[in-house]
Amino acid sequence: MSVEIKTSTLEPVRNTFANIERRFGDKPATRYQEATYDLQAETNYHYRPLWQPEFELNDKGRTAIEMQDWYAFKDPRQYYYGAYVGQRARMQEHAENNYAFFEKRNLAALLSDELRASLIRLLVPLRHVEHTANLNNMYGTAYGYGTAITQALLYDAMDRLGIAQYFSRIGLILDGNSGDALVEAKQLWLQAPLWQGMRALCEETLVTEDWFELFVAQDLVIDSLVSDLVYTQFDTWLAANGGQDVAMLTEFMQEWCKEHTRWVDAVLKIAAAESDANKALLGQWVERWRGKAAEALAPIAQEMLGDDALAESLAALDKRLVKAGIAGGNL
Amino acid sequence: MAAKKLNTKDKYRLLTRDLDWEFSYEDRKQAFPFEEFEGIKITDWSKWEDPFRLTMDTYWKYQAEKEKKLYAIFDAVAQNNGHTNISDPRYANALKLFLTGVSPLEYQAHQGFAHTGRQFGGVGARIACQMQSIDELRHVQTQVHAMSHYNKFFDGFQDWSHMHDRVWYLSVPKSFFDDARSAGPFEFLVAISFSFEYVLTNLLFVPFMSGAAYNGDMATVTFGFSAQSDEARHMTLGLEVIKFLLEQHEDNVPIVQEWIDKWFWRGTRLLTLVSMMMDYMLPNKVMSWKEAWEVYFEEAGGALFKDLARYGIRAPKYAETIEKEKEHVSHQAWWLFYSYGDATAFHTWIPSDEELDWLSEKYPDTFDKYYRPRWEMAKKMEAQGKRFYTKGLPQLCNCCQIPLMFTEMDNPTQLAYRDTVYKDERYHFCSDGCHDIFVAEPEKYVQSWLPVHQILQGNCGGPGLEDVLRDYYRMNVGADNLDMKGSPDEQRWNSWKGVA
Repeated sequence: MSVEIKTSTLEPVRNTFANIERRFGDKPATRYQEATYDLQAETNYHYRPLWQPEFELNDKGRTAIEMQDWYAFKDPRQYYYGAYVGQRARMQEHAENNYAFFEKRNLAALLSDELRASLIRLLVPLRHVEHTANLNNMYGTAYGYGTAITQALLYDAMDRLGIAQYFSRIGLILDGNSGDALVEAKQLWLQAPLWQGMRALCEETLVTEDWFELFVAQDLVIDSLVSDLVYTQFDTWLAANGGQDVAMLTEFMQEWCKEHTRWVDAVLKIAAAESDANKALLGQWVERWRGKAAEALAPIAQEMLGDDALAESLAALDKRLVKAGIAGGNL
Repeated sequence: MAAKKLNTKDKYRLLTRDLDWEFSYEDRKQAFPFEEFEGIKITDWSKWEDPFRLTMDTYWKYQAEKEKKLYAIFDAVAQNNGHTNISDPRYANALKLFLTGVSPLEYQAHQGFAHTGRQFGGVGARIACQMQSIDELRHVQTQVHAMSHYNKFFDGFQDWSHMHDRVWYLSVPKSFFDDARSAGPFEFLVAISFSFEYVLTNLLFVPFMSGAAYNGDMATVTFGFSAQSDEARHMTLGLEVIKFLLEQHEDNVPIVQEWIDKWFWRGTRLLTLVSMMMDYMLPNKVMSWKEAWEVYFEEAGGALFKDLARYGIRAPKYAETIEKEKEHVSHQAWWLFYSYGDATAFHTWIPSDEELDWLSEKYPDTFDKYYRPRWEMAKKMEAQGKRFYTKGLPQLCNCCQIPLMFTEMDNPTQLAYRDTVYKDERYHFCSDGCHDIFVAEPEKYVQSWLPVHQILQGNCGGPGLEDVLRDYYRMNVGADNLDMKGSPDEQRWNSWKGVA
């Protein structure tokens, strides 16, 4: 027998907002739909920006990519704010337990001096790379078009700030909260030849104007290579060389990368499928940034993992490009 | 080795403030190109005091907890016909004004703070802006979700974003935020963080939320409580912004003063819509507009400007005019909307006798003398079956975009009217405040998309007004507009309540 609570049902006049109905028909809508579609103003802007009078406040012309409907970029994760923070809160709770366990058991003490030094040299400076990613995704949030993609870029930007902060915490764990590891890593970032290619690349992304190109450079090319090198290959190397516990501190990033990849690939696929012109443009951008990024990362990959590592990461990137319909696999 | 404990300030510095660096390979000015053109001088970004020191992990955690509670209430409201618990079906019209007029501003705030969150060269200020950007996105989305249920049972909610871009009275809030976003990044912060969030939020956001609390609107009031801690963060940012700018360089003082003058006037005009909502649209009244203005602006704002005097900042210009306006604006505004009620996407009505008495009591110096007689006349006409609607389109102010309906404050029977000629073209204004704002930046305000001009120029469809309403505004003519009496909203309410 089941419990039956009687409720009175009132017939609604409509199932959802009219813009959602025009897009998806007269049926109940999801929260993602109501919180995403057509939120951004489309027309009748009153004044041109003093800071960019060649454009309207919201302007499709800030990228060379063209879309019939900028709301085609549906997020496969269907993140609106509430869904987004809910998912991240779960991930951070897990991360918090990991960090607490790592500190309580003083697992840092199990790391050899050599390993500790290479974490400071190779891992901690990534906080500056993530900080760049924060700015680059904010750029897309501010100058992109249509809530479907701009809200996802904003979530990404905030994720990258969070990740930069996790990398900083790794530094603090390694230096007993003195901040010395962060100072050292920053000096490396500013001066060591190892990092200068990467720093120059980050600075170059920060002066890149086309927001979709920047999305390709940052979220596809740089992120794909860094993630494969750091979260896949370096992680494996650490596990085999007495640093397996470090994975507790990067698990958030690993999990995040998988999800990030799913969204980025969906965006690229949609943009490429829209037109040959888009596809060609994406191809050019990938080629341009793939070369730069490979050059910048070469010394880091070399020191981290040896000769073949970068080629492996590039191959992983190329596989994604084929899947997204941007390249035939012979870049 | 035992790890030393870090205090919040050091921790925040290490985790956040220290992430940026001096460039070697590119010109930093090219990466942050908009910092100088307004004339603001920033000598040292490191002097920025973080108004709150939230790291992302904590942010996710707190915000997710709040969302969980909030959405549980939304679900409960939907499951239990929460819309039938509001005080009176007229209340839903305040929500329509909110969704079409205010929620899109939250979106614009999200965009504006994304812009400054990318553009400021100082990492502390930048990240504070980024957090506000994502908060503002939260607010528009949760507001849409709160209204989603009302939309299923009342008219006028359904095309809120389409309407915001087009409908005549919605160009008042839209142009306000377009103005702020199209300004430079520092003016945006003075406009929105300081003038709007810090000083005026208790007169915009709060009246709607208190209105919800007084009128049985569980979804909206829960949103209001849930957003309170976000708003508190935004207010502290507003105060930090002003102090930082004033402390950075003395040359900033006159620039900031000019922005304060402009944005207080702009803000006051925008609040006209809130004033009529408080005095006329809430069936259960929270307080009168005049009382709200005295408590939140005159007392709280007065103390603030006393505090800012040490920087050489004085109270906003036109303070004396503003003080007189509190007696009049809500009455003049509701009368305007009542008389153009065939062209509004919410219902209008004559206040009940009890409400007229309440207004008389709250406005002893003005209501009986100037405004009650109009409503008595409207009542008579309605009783004769002649509910009147003004024919023809009003002249709009070229700055605030409100129809020229305000009177001279020293002579409330005389319509106020100002004008100026710029490049052989005459422009019209509702007040000295709006006139002066135009004259200071004519190249900006000649661009205004004035809805009435646009209709007359044939840019909004037509030829008749009803064609514009139906085809260009996408209003359900006969359902969304006109008087509350006899509306489908009223009929449905009566059927839910079993009233014949």
